Amino acid sequence: MYTSGKYSSRGPALIPRMKTKHRIYYIILFSVVLLGLIATGMFQFWPHSIESTADWTLDRHSVHDAPLIRLPVSSPIPERGDLSCRMHTCFDVYRCGYNPKNRIKVYIYPLQRFVDELGVPISSTGLSREYNDLLSAISDSDFYTDDVTRACLFIPSIDVLNQNSLRIRETAQALAMLPRWDKGMNHLLFNMLPGGPPDYNTALDVPRDRALLAGGGFSTWTYRQGYDVSIPVYSPLSADVDLAERQPGPRRYFILSSQTAIHREYRAELERLKEENGEAVLLLDKCSNLSQGAASARKRCYKGQVYDYPQILQESSFCVVLRGARLGQAALSDVLQAGCVPVILADSYILPFSEVLDWKRASVVIPEEKLSEMYTILKSIPHRQVEEMQRQARWFWEAYFSSMKAIGLTTLQIINDRIYPYAARTYEQWNHPPVVKCSSVNSPLFLPLIPPRTPGFTAVVLTYDRVESLFRVITEISKVPSLAKLLVVWNNQNKSPPEESLWPKISVPLKVVRTKENKLSNRFFPYDEIETEAVLAIDDDIIMLTSDELQFGYEYFNYLYTYKMPGDIKNWVDAHMNCEDIAMNFLVANITGKAPIKVTPRKKFKCPECTAIDGLSLDQTHMVERSECINKFASVFGTMPLKVVEHRADPVLYKDDFPEKLKSFPNIGSL
Amino acid sequence: MQARKKYVLLGLCACCWLVLFYLGGGIQLRLLRWLTRHRGEVLRHWPNWTDRAFLPRYAHLDELQTDPGMAESPRQRRQAWSAIYKDSRCRMETCFDFSRCRRRGREGFRVYIYPSEKNDRVSESYRKILTSIKESRYYTSDPHEACLFVLGIDTLDRDQLSGQFVPNVDERIRGYPLWNDGRNHLIFNLYSGTWPNYTGDLGFNIGQAILAKASLNTEHFRPGFDVSIPLFSKDHPQKGGERGWLVRNNVPPRRKYLLMFKGKRYLTGIGSDTRNALHHIHNGKDIVSLTTCRHGKDWEKHKDARCDHDNLEYERFDYQELLHNSTFCLVPRGRRLGSFRFLESLQAACIPVLLSNGWELPFSDVIQWNQAVIEGDERLLLQVPSTVIAVGNESILALRQRTQMLWEAYFSSVDKIVLTTLEIIKDRVFSHVSRNKYMWNSLPGGLLVLPEYSTHLAHFPFYYLGLGVSPGQEFTAVIHAVSPLVSQSQPIMKLLQVVSKSKYCTQIIILWNSEKPPPSRSKWPPMPVPLTVTDGRRKTTSRFLPHVAIETEAVLSLDEDTVLLTSEVNFAFLVWRSFPERIVGYPPRSHFWDPLKRAWGYTSKWTNDYSIVLTGAAFYHRYYHYLFTHYLPQSLRSLVDRTSNCEDILMNFLVSAVTHQPPIKVTQRKQYKELPSSQIGCLMACPCPTSQGMKSVPWANPEHFNQRQECINFFANWFGYMPLVHSQFRLDPVLFKDQVSIHRKKYKDLERA
Repeated sequence: MYTSGKYSSRGPALIPRMKTKHRIYYIILFSVVLLGLIATGMFQFWPHSIESTADWTLDRHSVHDAPLIRLPVSSPIPERGDLSCRMHTCFDVYRCGYNPKNRIKVYIYPLQRFVDELGVPISSTGLSREYNDLLSAISDSDFYTDDVTRACLFIPSIDVLNQNSLRIRETAQALAMLPRWDKGMNHLLFNMLPGGPPDYNTALDVPRDRALLAGGGFSTWTYRQGYDVSIPVYSPLSADVDLAERQPGPRRYFILSSQTAIHREYRAELERLKEENGEAVLLLDKCSNLSQGAASARKRCYKGQVYDYPQILQESSFCVVLRGARLGQAALSDVLQAGCVPVILADSYILPFSEVLDWKRASVVIPEEKLSEMYTILKSIPHRQVEEMQRQARWFWEAYFSSMKAIGLTTLQIINDRIYPYAARTYEQWNHPPVVKCSSVNSPLFLPLIPPRTPGFTAVVLTYDRVESLFRVITEISKVPSLAKLLVVWNNQNKSPPEESLWPKISVPLKVVRTKENKLSNRFFPYDEIETEAVLAIDDDIIMLTSDELQFGYEYFNYLYTYKMPGDIKNWVDAHMNCEDIAMNFLVANITGKAPIKVTPRKKFKCPECTAIDGLSLDQTHMVERSECINKFASVFGTMPLKVVEHRADPVLYKDDFPEKLKSFPNIGSL
Repeated sequence: MQARKKYVLLGLCACCWLVLFYLGGGIQLRLLRWLTRHRGEVLRHWPNWTDRAFLPRYAHLDELQTDPGMAESPRQRRQAWSAIYKDSRCRMETCFDFSRCRRRGREGFRVYIYPSEKNDRVSESYRKILTSIKESRYYTSDPHEACLFVLGIDTLDRDQLSGQFVPNVDERIRGYPLWNDGRNHLIFNLYSGTWPNYTGDLGFNIGQAILAKASLNTEHFRPGFDVSIPLFSKDHPQKGGERGWLVRNNVPPRRKYLLMFKGKRYLTGIGSDTRNALHHIHNGKDIVSLTTCRHGKDWEKHKDARCDHDNLEYERFDYQELLHNSTFCLVPRGRRLGSFRFLESLQAACIPVLLSNGWELPFSDVIQWNQAVIEGDERLLLQVPSTVIAVGNESILALRQRTQMLWEAYFSSVDKIVLTTLEIIKDRVFSHVSRNKYMWNSLPGGLLVLPEYSTHLAHFPFYYLGLGVSPGQEFTAVIHAVSPLVSQSQPIMKLLQVVSKSKYCTQIIILWNSEKPPPSRSKWPPMPVPLTVTDGRRKTTSRFLPHVAIETEAVLSLDEDTVLLTSEVNFAFLVWRSFPERIVGYPPRSHFWDPLKRAWGYTSKWTNDYSIVLTGAAFYHRYYHYLFTHYLPQSLRSLVDRTSNCEDILMNFLVSAVTHQPPIKVTQRKQYKELPSSQIGCLMACPCPTSQGMKSVPWANPEHFNQRQECINFFANWFGYMPLVHSQFRLDPVLFKDQVSIHRKKYKDLERA
């Protein structure tokens, strides 16, 4: 009240003196406010964003700083894993929800160190380097979220990769203590070495309720198909040793066995194989003169001769991977890295990522019983297939085995594919190495359909303003019996098409589409009016067409041309007013992997009378530009998809010495 | 005055706000953090530990490489397994006797069917299954050489309330001396359990038999052991089968309706939850989801409030019309997990949207279903519309094509379903000579890919494009010789010269089928390429035997009296390289349907289309030799041998059945045998090549021609449909007969031919 009174008493004194000052006063006031706002904005947004990220990256902690949690003895133990669990019974899909990216969100629990009541840690190693790598890879990936409420999948930071270093009961208790455990729903555990002496279970022994298990060494009896994920046993050697990729081909040895602790029964069988086949088989064992340790892990011996491991694996076409006490063997990873085709002898073993990887193309699985027949079985595989398998083995290693990151993200992708099956990666995406993906052709329209004759085709005529010539084309085409519809693309914005009454009278529906810009790409726009599968694309100056000649494009490719044309080709075409046909040919060749088909002997399209100045093909620079086009398009597609063929299609009785009236297409070639 | 007051007030407010802005930074900061978190800019990542490099390994190298080893002997362990892992835990390793399938390949995999007893009632569907096995190349009537046994008792319908239910199965199978607790037995079943729970129970103890069952539940499915088969009706054709309904690709691919369902609604019992909810997504426009309560005897007893309205709406739409005009089709579970609807929508190219939790999809071992169907979740019914809307046009085209591929490869007839089941089991028994998933999931489907031929993809004619490789640059010529060698001017000598001159020819094989023994080596002219003479044992089918000597992918099959030019051979070979899965040849023939005789006809008239290219001069992939000999049944091949005729028609049938495409005719040549000129004129006008003193040439004989008419009908009968496809074009060199200088043409010789 007081202030307002003060203002009002002062007011009258000010106003008469400075009417303009008053305006300036407000302008200044507002600019101050504006400046203030900008300044605060800058202050708030810029420095703070640095500060807030600094919160998390700059506080570099040691693993030992993680909070210590003491487990009470009476703390609850989860139930043992339920063998009947499947995604639809033990997994809560509602947490994942529907999202446009079709990507699950994964939360990682912050690191804690669990100890029992006496202060003894639950694991002898704590967080291992591999598990740390795995978690940080997941945390850097698209899957990661730090918001526990939005997560679909939870990953505990308790390291259970190696069951030998765990205290089972206490680990289980620790799992149950996790804040979102909820009977293990949507929790994912990674384990590579399951089981312990004497009978070595094939799945992690830690009771884990309904948690999903990504395990190395599952057998068909413990693996819950469609729920668990079988993962490889990571070989730390692959981080230390860099084996360069070898060209596939025949190698010095045919079969190599490099594992050290092979059961004597197997070893006896292998010895017998060696006796029978001599030099082709190399049977290595541990070096007796070397003490245990890192050095001995990198050497193998045969009768006093020392070989480097894993380099020696590259010298063999096939490498034996036998089961030991556990089904999953780290040797598998070494063998794949060396591009050696693994021969897997481990009955009931679920191969790593077998849900998506086609192991038949990268390995040979032989029942243990048939160990003695191994040589003949392997000899019966064609050489070219062995080469392909070697390449495939190396590719599997590079993509899915080479690091903890690869293993972890592949596992998440597999689970993601189950939750969003309609966005799942295809067989080709999983199994074809990049070389094959580049050169191969996987068109969505792979099925050879022979279209029925009834629907006919749609003729698309691109025109600018040559009305007279256009009308002649229309009259000519309309005589074709299979014509279903005629579409005129009026590419002239300055002039409107002639009135309806002036158009030639034809028996099929005729539609005129006016375009917004004079672009040659308009020819291949997928107009809604095109209802037939076949499309005949012609220019308005082709009047020498006899009615039998048809040049088919496909509606689908029209669609692709507009929406899927790679790079900037489409813009390029529009800018240069040329080459739209070459671009189309590139596209079709790239999609189908086939050459176009030239029909009938026509080479000359244009009539001599049409030497009008506006005829595009007559432009001096036209030919030069077209060569330029081809180079440009080839660089955008990355390859040269066009194929050269020496054939063209003619009617069966073309140019035959035969009564004309019996031929279906007698007019062809008459011009 | 008033205006000024307003300005002052405004100014004050601004000042206050500014002050608040500076003082209340804390709130702002919190707000900001909340905002940025949601934009995903600042994530709390897994910490970058300072002592990361010092973390221990998860296992020592020694521990990884030196496996603790097994105490027990592997042999003992394997024996112990079969005692532990049986019945519901059966796997091939433990419940299957591999020793019964000792012999390699087809010989090792023989299927025996128990004879059925007189008073047995066998349902239509089971009769078809048994017929399919009996007619397959795996059937044996000798139980001692069998690897797999199939019951004669109808076990398809195990619903006790059903009329097809066969009682006392348990007692009867226990009486079989070969039962052996079900080992190596295959049991087919379509319906199990009964109202109200419809469990997987069959009502008898299957022991360790393999179960080929429809509506299998993932929980009861024994992976790698059981086979899930589709539910099919008793009207499902025995062989051949209808083709898919997709005849053309529409762009944009969406049809009138987006999603449709029309079916029963269960008022009580299992499966009612899913079907009761279906009406929620119905909008009467693009999503049509209709249910009716009117089924069964006493539906009115359980009738609920929605029934009348639903029944009314239900009558408004026609199922067939919806099936043809819908992009997606809902396939929810019924009482059991699978339904007829699944195969119906697969055939109709209406992409199935599955709502059947826990259903082990048919042949899930080998088929990649996620590329053909949308697997929904019963719990997420309300998300289905938005999911299917989000499927892009390109995916729709791809999914739709795949439904057709799978339908035609594995489901369109009982024959295919049964054979797929057998082939899957065979692939397990001979696991190192088996098909990979790529073979199962790409054209032409696993049944037409015989792994005994090769397990390498590039050895087949179908996968060149998918693997990004092209067929080899060379071919082998196989010449079928029947007349003895008497003079050096015989047509075969000329032919040898012509073929060996081709730069793509790497070897020539002469198949000696004459009564006289083959002439000595010196009789043959010197050749730039190796020449082999093999004995055909005077069988016509021997020309399509998979000779080991053929090392190239392309085979040029020739008759001894064929007349060709080298440039024609070269040109045809280049065309074949573009179409490696088809037959590429010179003389065409055609088939037609004769409505008067109600039979297929064969014609050698020059017409505007053709469907057969004679293999007297044709290129094709060598894999077709293998298929011809090992895929086709003995009955067809012996017909060919008996009549010494029709082998070329059969080959065309086979290749067209595999590719669904016509053969390719190249160049103008119609006559590939030397004839007096008067004959050519006759050929054009006459329906058949009548003989005029040319008895020695078999194909000039009218008898020969009639046999071919019979053949074509006999073959079509075995295939169950007419696989031949007509084509209207032939391929000529690009400048053929054009008005340009002859020097610019690569294939000058062809102009004169």
